[in-house]
Amino acid sequence: MEKLLGEFSVGLFFWQTLLFVALILLLKKFAWKPILDAVNEREQGIKDALDSAEQAKQEMANLQADNEKLLKEARAERDAMIKEARDIKNKMINDAKEEAKGEADKMVAQAQAAIESEKKAAIADLKNQVASLSLEIAEKVVRENLSSDDKQQKLVKNLLDDSSLN
Amino acid sequence: MQKNHLTALFFTVFVCFGAINAWASDPKKKGDTPDDRKSEVSAYVKHHNLDTHDFGLFSYTDDQGHHHSVGFPLPVILWSDGLHVFSSSALHHGEEVVASGDKFFKLDAHTYKIYETDAEGTFSYDDKHHVTNVAPLDFSITKSVFMIMVVSVLLFWIFSSLAKSYAQNRSIPKGVGRFFEPIVLYIRDDIAIPNIGEEKYQKYMPYLLTVFFFIWFLNLFGLTPLGINVTGNIAVTTALAIITFLLTNLTGTKDYWKHIFDPLGHGMPWAAKIPLYIILIPIEVLGIFIKPFSLLIRLYANMQAGHIVLGSLLGLIYIFQNWIAGPLGFGLSFAISLIELLVALLQAYIFTMLSALYFGFASESHDHAVEHDGEVQHL
Repeated sequence: MEKLLGEFSVGLFFWQTLLFVALILLLKKFAWKPILDAVNEREQGIKDALDSAEQAKQEMANLQADNEKLLKEARAERDAMIKEARDIKNKMINDAKEEAKGEADKMVAQAQAAIESEKKAAIADLKNQVASLSLEIAEKVVRENLSSDDKQQKLVKNLLDDSSLN
Repeated sequence: MQKNHLTALFFTVFVCFGAINAWASDPKKKGDTPDDRKSEVSAYVKHHNLDTHDFGLFSYTDDQGHHHSVGFPLPVILWSDGLHVFSSSALHHGEEVVASGDKFFKLDAHTYKIYETDAEGTFSYDDKHHVTNVAPLDFSITKSVFMIMVVSVLLFWIFSSLAKSYAQNRSIPKGVGRFFEPIVLYIRDDIAIPNIGEEKYQKYMPYLLTVFFFIWFLNLFGLTPLGINVTGNIAVTTALAIITFLLTNLTGTKDYWKHIFDPLGHGMPWAAKIPLYIILIPIEVLGIFIKPFSLLIRLYANMQAGHIVLGSLLGLIYIFQNWIAGPLGFGLSFAISLIELLVALLQAYIFTMLSALYFGFASESHDHAVEHDGEVQHL
């Protein structure tokens, strides 16, 4: 302890204190304050940049979500439109089919009616021809058969037999 | 770390020269026996660690046995019934008396202190061989003061140019700033903020940064073989510790003082506290002074011890003068100087760290105090 006190120099203590305090004050003004301010500012800048990047990312995500939603809506709308179109198409086809069928039925019916009437006319015609033919034949036959009395009597007799059968 | 490599390289070269010098110097002129050499080395190491009035670069003994010192003189400023200023070269290392005004001064070559003497320069000694002459108040620019000035200028130059480079370079460090900025940030983020707290650390930052770099730089200068031993000087460490002490106690909050004078808090009735406080309060009050005192002794002792060990190891070469001690002394002193390089940084860190810790105690707010009380009760 005595040695320590012996080594203690008041002059050195004085200069050390004076110079060191001056150094602190000078460095504070010209070095530490600007350095720490600059570092803080830079860190703040980095923080802000990170924050805004995060924000941009968030916005991007939101935008993407919006897009997704829009896309989904569009897709749904498209599906609905396609379905509607399909329905319309089907309906049109069915309507056309029905109409065609009605028309066809009508035409068939008309054709049948025409066929029927033609058939009737033909039948009637045929009947007339058959009747006239029959008359001619009958006339010829009668003329032949009635050329003799026997034959006439036989005929009358047959006719009478038939009639009696009736 | 580049700078440290460079410093180490310089140091290696210097140590080499130092070793060769010691090796080559002729020992036969003064002491032939190992005992003579031992005492000579011991005195040399002791003097090497003392503050001097001139800046000695190296010394040698010529063929005639005369001792020569090469260096440059520094101003001597004394106060003894008036101001006395003269160059330290006038002292001639204690060989001549200096007349200034009506006073005579002479340097005591053992302690490197200046005393008032008569015209013949006689010293009177007491029975312990201490000089009893009147010592003037010595405000000389000694080697240590000179080095403090050099380091102050160096620090100011480095860090003000760093600050300027920020202004010019959009806050991006360049050059030497790339090395120093992480250290500044380390002191802020790992020393100041954890110990003092986010809200109050800012007002202590200038001191913490200055004291760290100041001690570190002076420690590094102390590793050069120029005999610079500023941080190993008790007056310097005392001045540093007193600033820590004043900052701690002048910025102390109400809670800090309450912690000293009412450490047990509200949890106990006064009647129970009084007998405890008879012991506790003196301990706490003593603690205010012991904390900075430990700072000053720690730094002083570490740096002083490092210098003595290095000097002694180099002295081994000179004492034994054989082919074993030479390389051994060199190798050991090289290893120790590498450790000293670490110690230089470590002591600066410890001083800064503990100062920050004390500032943390001083600026603790009520919340912390409550937490702290809780801890104490748990213990």
